[in-house]
Amino acid sequence: MPCQAALRAAFGFIRGFFMEHTQYRPAEVARAPSGLMDGLQRWLPKLVVAPTVILIGIGIYGYMLWTGVLSFTNSSFLPSYEFIGLDQYAKLMESERWLVASRNLAIFGGLFIASCLLIGVVLAIFLDQRIRQEGAIRTIYLYPMALSMIVTGTVWRWILNPSLGLEKLMHDWGWTSFSFDWLVDSDFAIYTIVMAAVWQASGFVMALFLAGLRGVDSSIMRAARVDGASLPTIYWKIILPSLRPVFFSSVMVLAHIAIKSFDLVMAMTSGGPGYSTDLPAVFMYAHTFTRGQMGLGSASAMLMLGAILALLVPYLYSELRGKRHD
Amino acid sequence: MTDLVRTGFRFSRVAIYGVLLLACLVYLIPLIIMLITSFKTPMDIRTGNLLALPTDWTSMGWTKAWSEACTGVQCEGVKGYFWNSFKMTVPAVLISTLLGAFNGYVLSKWKFKGSDLMFGMMLFGCFVPFQVVLLPMAATLGKLGLANTTAGLVLVHVIYGVAFTTLFFRNYYVAIPDALVKAARLDGAGFFTIFFRILLPLSTPIFMVSLIWQFTQIWNDFLFGVVFASGDSQPITVALSNLVNTTTGVKEYNVDMAAAMIAALPTLVVYIVAGKYFIRGLTAGSVKG
Amino acid sequence: MNTFKRNLTALAVSAVLMPTAAVQAGEVEVLHWWTAGGEAKAAAALKEMMEEQGHTWKDFAVAGGGGEAAMTVLKTRAVSGNPPAAAQIKGLDIREWAKLGFLTSLDSVAESESWDQLIPPTISDVMKYEGEYVAVPVNVHRVNWLWVNPQVMEDVGVEIPTTLDEFFEVADKLKAEGYIPLAHGGQPWQDATVFDAVALAELGPDNYRKAFVDHDMSVINSNKMEEVFSQFAKVMSYVDDNAPGRDWNTATGMVIRGEAAMQIMGDWAKGEFTAAGLTPGEDYLCAPAPGTEGQFTFNVDSFAMFKLSEEEGIKAQEDLVRTILEPEFQTLFNQNKGSIPVRTDMDMSAFDTCAQASMDTFKSSADDGGLVPSFSHGLATTSYIQGQIFDVVTNFVNSNNPDPVKTTDQLAAAIQSAM
Repeated sequence: MPCQAALRAAFGFIRGFFMEHTQYRPAEVARAPSGLMDGLQRWLPKLVVAPTVILIGIGIYGYMLWTGVLSFTNSSFLPSYEFIGLDQYAKLMESERWLVASRNLAIFGGLFIASCLLIGVVLAIFLDQRIRQEGAIRTIYLYPMALSMIVTGTVWRWILNPSLGLEKLMHDWGWTSFSFDWLVDSDFAIYTIVMAAVWQASGFVMALFLAGLRGVDSSIMRAARVDGASLPTIYWKIILPSLRPVFFSSVMVLAHIAIKSFDLVMAMTSGGPGYSTDLPAVFMYAHTFTRGQMGLGSASAMLMLGAILALLVPYLYSELRGKRHD
Repeated sequence: MTDLVRTGFRFSRVAIYGVLLLACLVYLIPLIIMLITSFKTPMDIRTGNLLALPTDWTSMGWTKAWSEACTGVQCEGVKGYFWNSFKMTVPAVLISTLLGAFNGYVLSKWKFKGSDLMFGMMLFGCFVPFQVVLLPMAATLGKLGLANTTAGLVLVHVIYGVAFTTLFFRNYYVAIPDALVKAARLDGAGFFTIFFRILLPLSTPIFMVSLIWQFTQIWNDFLFGVVFASGDSQPITVALSNLVNTTTGVKEYNVDMAAAMIAALPTLVVYIVAGKYFIRGLTAGSVKG
Repeated sequence: MNTFKRNLTALAVSAVLMPTAAVQAGEVEVLHWWTAGGEAKAAAALKEMMEEQGHTWKDFAVAGGGGEAAMTVLKTRAVSGNPPAAAQIKGLDIREWAKLGFLTSLDSVAESESWDQLIPPTISDVMKYEGEYVAVPVNVHRVNWLWVNPQVMEDVGVEIPTTLDEFFEVADKLKAEGYIPLAHGGQPWQDATVFDAVALAELGPDNYRKAFVDHDMSVINSNKMEEVFSQFAKVMSYVDDNAPGRDWNTATGMVIRGEAAMQIMGDWAKGEFTAAGLTPGEDYLCAPAPGTEGQFTFNVDSFAMFKLSEEEGIKAQEDLVRTILEPEFQTLFNQNKGSIPVRTDMDMSAFDTCAQASMDTFKSSADDGGLVPSFSHGLATTSYIQGQIFDVVTNFVNSNNPDPVKTTDQLAAAIQSAM
């Protein structure tokens, strides 16, 4: 299908990864003039990727392993190698604050990804309708991604501040009974973080979907119109399903942002009020560094990674299986 | 292109424009607020509200943020840190993009046993939360003698950025027909020749995507900047944090907002100017469709 | 070619002449988190004094109120084998660093300057590890202060409360007149600072020490602690709804402007009043936190010195610590920061009334046992246990149904798991 070529060029992460459409074996094709050249050509690719492999091998997997090892020790201030089994994990499970942080990650992650997808898809569909000034509007939706999360957090903290921001604005404009104090309410503060994050990232999702929509073959549309299908139905039943790879890519990018939202929380609420907006990344940072509990912090980091795996692997698997049936 | 206009749908154009414009407002308002606040006086901020225009437009917030605000014992504003960020970001972006291009090339056109597994493992590496690597990275940088140098920070950003750039290039090159490469090989072209003569000229869109993405990520980074750079070589995100988190004195929101804008300016400019290349890069494949 | 040769000779000559000067002039890289206002001025003054002695001060400022970011950076620098020469390390953390072998002994300067005679034992104990000085105290802060706007009090017709019960009466009257009785910023360390004062008032110095220094469970998990939490909840009920996330100096601003009547905060708040041009005793009043008359909860800022190998650096470090404890710097610094000198032989006439009162209480409480280390500022216990207490306290403050009994159990469990 022609649309697949387009989508692959877009952020089709895993889809491209699993699309083994050609098994190109260089050595099979050409008889190189000399044995030495042939050998060099075989080794050169591996040589070229070698630096990256080393960097990532150590910088990511090596360090992850080290953190894993530490999670079984009683490291406090700085690393120590005295093993204490699963004690740190047990302590984690008993920590009230960790439970709040985990729950927050689920709430934040879920709402953030769902909202961004919804808003991104809707805006992309609307923008695809031959809008005037599409370029300008697209830029406006996209620019928040350019900002650092510290900037975003600072601005939104101010906007949502009851005595200085939105609430005051509404009061000044006449709606004196308007109240929006979520930022300072333990039960609702996490939702303000969602708001700021969605503001930052939804434009990007819009861009991804717009690229995807542009790759959809208009002949499919015409055929469906001829059959008398209504517009919403066409989108819902035909076009969106064909954009599965884009959904997938978006979820990947959004999940990545959700995990990295350490800067945003620190700038907006510092984990407060109390610790009601704590996230595992903040918990890990506080315990590893501020409280001198590296063992506990490492355990929390491993659990964070575990959660990421738990989400990624099933999704990957389902995408892969889907492809096999194409 | 979903050609809804011509197929005579009954969707109200007004409704669509309405939603789009409303969305524009929502996205723009925080920026507008940042801008107007940066031009107000502190008195104005205290007595007015978010969207009130300054009664007295003044650029003192900006001058103070640029050259006088205190970010430590020095009170020289953020201008020095602005250049530090450039010195750090530009090499990191270039190196990680180049590495990504070569890796993408290998992983799509010169596959060998285990190359797909390698790609998968690189991909997973994108999701590691950076807090996990702070201490071991510090220890390593120390052993390499790069602790506290701009070069060390560049190395850190390259390590954690190359996974993404490889991703971009790999997926882009996979879409380029293998027949092109095969033909070149039959003509006797070697590894590098094929790259420079055939793939590179076709790569402008994805280069733009990679450069823009990396520039944004690295320029906006805070965690690595605060941990691996010290004093005079700190990037502007750290300077901004120092400035905004003053623990004494009256909070000067106009200076804070001006400083935030200064910190955000390069990436904003990149998105506004080169944003269309970004989109073009994303849609590049559709042309062949 | 001639110019080249000439320059080369000039370089060679200067290289020969330089060494004598070079041995004296060392460089100290100083890590701190004093990034604005009176604190930054104070740090700048120290920098100048060092430069007068021919040394270079390499500033390494990492902002973030309590120094968390700074401590993180310090740990990574230490792990990478490249620690700064001096770092602003506080309280029991000093012991941790010394245990790991990072700190250098300051006894040579301590002996020549007779530090043991100048610094009260309760404080020098924190600065020492295995009997040797490894850190130099810069100042003494009193944490259990109550800052008052006299105009507001007069308008409503109330006196400064001296006990918690009086505080509640006064607060009720203030609230009825539309003032915010207690200005407060909802951040964990501020919540803990108020809790600190209430705990001292309810428990008294001995039980305070038992609970927060010795971690005696019979005091922690007791009716007394439940009473502390109830009183604490009552105190916090007089804080306005917009407190969460507010910075401490913004809260002080509320007192300055007359929106609020009182603030329970350490004496660094004085810097804010001074910066606003107010005079203590007239425009603002300082009183011991309700119920803690005669008691002194101390918080000491200090610099620890890391082991260096170059001679010039070591000389610079020694000069730095000596300069810090000299009367000139002690006066200049503490006047700017709002704290009192750590030397007990200082002439306090140059200081304002609040500082003098502070110094008097400091000396008297050192003798009668009322001098207690502040847990909320890292002087009483490890950062882990302090963090655990913070979590419990701040959660209590922000919950919609505070339950003193359950919270006391939580506190006991939290401290127990961290020991």
